[in-house]
Amino acid sequence: MNALRARFSLTLGDFHLDATLEAPDSGVTALFGPSGSGKSTFLRCLMGLIRAPGGECRLGARIWQEAEDRTFIPLHRRRLGVVFQTPRLFPHLDVAGNLAYAWRRTPPERRRLDIDAVVGMLKLEDLLHRDPRFLSGGEQQRVAIGRAIVTNPDLLVMDEPLSSLDHRSRHEILQDLERVFRELRTPVIYVSHDFDEILRFADRLALIERGSIRAIGPVGEMVTRLDLPLAHAADAGTVVEARVDRWDEAFALAELALGGGPRLTIPNRGWPIGAPVRVRILARDVSLTLEAPHRTSILNVIPATVRELFPENPAQVMVKLDVAGWPLLARITLKSRQNLGIHVGQSLWAQVKSVAVERE
Amino acid sequence: MSLPTLSPLDWTALRLSLELGLVTTATLLVCGTPLAWWLARGRSRFKPIVEAIVAMPLVLPPTVLGFYLLILLAPKGPLGALWQEATGGGSLAFSFPGLVLASVVYSFPFVVQPLQRAFESMGSAPLEAAASLGASPWDAFASVALPLARRGYLTAAVLGFAHTLGEFGVVLMVGGNIPGQTRVISIAVYDHVENLEYGEAHALSLLLLLIAFVSLVTIFTLNREERSGRR
Repeated sequence: MNALRARFSLTLGDFHLDATLEAPDSGVTALFGPSGSGKSTFLRCLMGLIRAPGGECRLGARIWQEAEDRTFIPLHRRRLGVVFQTPRLFPHLDVAGNLAYAWRRTPPERRRLDIDAVVGMLKLEDLLHRDPRFLSGGEQQRVAIGRAIVTNPDLLVMDEPLSSLDHRSRHEILQDLERVFRELRTPVIYVSHDFDEILRFADRLALIERGSIRAIGPVGEMVTRLDLPLAHAADAGTVVEARVDRWDEAFALAELALGGGPRLTIPNRGWPIGAPVRVRILARDVSLTLEAPHRTSILNVIPATVRELFPENPAQVMVKLDVAGWPLLARITLKSRQNLGIHVGQSLWAQVKSVAVERE
Repeated sequence: MSLPTLSPLDWTALRLSLELGLVTTATLLVCGTPLAWWLARGRSRFKPIVEAIVAMPLVLPPTVLGFYLLILLAPKGPLGALWQEATGGGSLAFSFPGLVLASVVYSFPFVVQPLQRAFESMGSAPLEAAASLGASPWDAFASVALPLARRGYLTAAVLGFAHTLGEFGVVLMVGGNIPGQTRVISIAVYDHVENLEYGEAHALSLLLLLIAFVSLVTIFTLNREERSGRR
């Protein structure tokens, strides 16, 4: 119902934007790219703050901008919630006043979460009567997120909302954001150049480079595509959705079932059985062996098939494996590759040294 | 030398000055707002020209300004003729309405510039935020831009008022010296000095000095409170 389709082309000096983005009507679509790649410009077009001639933008059945330039809906009538890079709270109103500002401008029939619910969701109770100028950066941004969702937008746009925060407030707000995304069910366009944020939140990832969308797809697929730079970053790896299947209470371990069969054993953090978790396996934490090891300290040894090989530099090669249908990356040395004779189509064993839980 | 009390004529001059200051300031705030907004936010290539015109009264001698205004307002001048046709009455020059018009021109930069700076310094960020929350441009102007610019408005109002009270050359050229109509404080002081009535000149001058001082202290005090975050 609220699927987005946006296409903008624009020339600003020697920068060209020519990007098409489509996003389904739920979930988080991350727009990821280096600074200067056109993320912010694209977003400003999407918000209607820049009018790209000939641009096209629609959300569900509603047309925000049409190619013939007959229709151009200004931001205040787009029902678009925005969290900017900086909080942009109104300094002449207290926190409650900032939230009420948004509430009063939301037509009654559109209101869904009332201010109290939003206050609860983002833990703003103690801030309500504070002057926003005297809040910490993290607190301010939490209020800004609350203010944006009070309007019950059809689409929520976040422009690097955590980039101006210090490490600690960033960590706190990450959990709040996760909760908001889970409870809100509004489609989100999340712009960031931070890989960790994206692996944590995003369901889909659009990679923007030099003003155009180079590739778009489910995040697990995108980060393991060897033709894209994401799979060659220092912390390249796989993200997989899994489910807590069993507890090994004697050793405080949890067994995760990944769609399709294979299991991962990791230290139990007290998840209930059946809980969904998103795990991340770094390519450098995966090693390969031709025979199933018998006496090893590594718990997770998984049968896999070699799908692709990609030499990254004279010393290292990235190996893309298939484990019962989901991709796994392993970064090994060229020398090991030669010694083991690893080739596409080969069946072998992947030893996973550690698994990071991204989202619980 | 003891200070004599103000004569009825001087009281009239004082009342007229205050009236002129209030009417001029109100007119300036209303007319200056859209212009300051346009100067702060617009991207027209005519902007420097308009900015120069706004700043002209700062550099021109009041007599030059007054001279052109006189020509403009005179019964046969373009504005003066229009005025006489519209009102069917007397001349625009040497009248209170003429004086208001001249003061508006004379004090224009003192009101437009602080407003322009206030609108510029808030940038477009708060207005974009307001729009994203569903505020129309008018709504955003009233509910965000005006409150954020209130310091600019205060400065503009006080400067416009004080500067209008202090004008002399333009008033002399355009308004003359008609008691109860165009004889404002600054003219009255000049008159007293001409007639060697130093006592009366003192009383009026001191009054004007106090008004100016209190106005400026008001601005600076409020500015400081604003900066330290109190409301």
